[in-house]
Amino acid sequence: MASGALAKPQMRGLLARRLRFHIVGAFFVAVGVACACKFGVAEQRKKAYADFYRNDDSMKDFEEMRRAGIFQSTK
Amino acid sequence: MFSRAARSWVLRTTGGGLGTRGTHSPGGSARSQGKMAPYYTNHYAQRSYPMPDEPYCTELTAEQQALKEKEKGSWAQLSQEEKVALYRLQFRESFAEMNRRSSEWKTVMGCVFFFIGLTGLLIWWQRVYVFPEKPVTLTDERKAQQLQRLLDMKSNPVQGLASRWDYERKEWKK
Repeated sequence: MASGALAKPQMRGLLARRLRFHIVGAFFVAVGVACACKFGVAEQRKKAYADFYRNDDSMKDFEEMRRAGIFQSTK
Repeated sequence: MFSRAARSWVLRTTGGGLGTRGTHSPGGSARSQGKMAPYYTNHYAQRSYPMPDEPYCTELTAEQQALKEKEKGSWAQLSQEEKVALYRLQFRESFAEMNRRSSEWKTVMGCVFFFIGLTGLLIWWQRVYVFPEKPVTLTDERKAQQLQRLLDMKSNPVQGLASRWDYERKEWKK
């Protein structure tokens, strides 16, 4: 071939470079998704349950349900 | 138009068997129509299989045979045209040619949409002529009664249905 101005391309270590790139990337993506799940889902849910049960009066709920007539064992 | 697209699609996917010899690439007088071996033993180069078992042209004219003899010597003495001619004897298409894009995706998408539409029509016909009557529990009145019962039971009061209902004002929470 006539000598052009092209540099010699990378000939070796192509798979190793690709694997390193993807393994590192996959690690960070996995960690990121795990953090998002923990804060977006788990902590939100724990807070919702804590808020609900802080001021919960189960007897009052029971009386309301009984008055609404959903029980078979009592009226 | 559809048959032409379908035919070119079939030709492309079968990799150019016996029937397509005459259709491509005008020019290239140095390229001879070599002996055609069966497709399964001598398929042409692809990106995944770049070095086929046999060269593209096996029946060579006298001048091509002379070129092959010259190839046995030092390659530095070959001119540019001779190198290209040798390449064309060995391979049917260059990498640029074999990797060219095609319009096959339009045919594929067209067929996909067509069959989705056909399926939609079939399902519509089925709904009109095959399905039985809807049960009475799916009327609006019955569904409202079911929803009222769920709210009375306070189902899923933490994050679910009953948590969205405002029991004092008897309406959905904003």
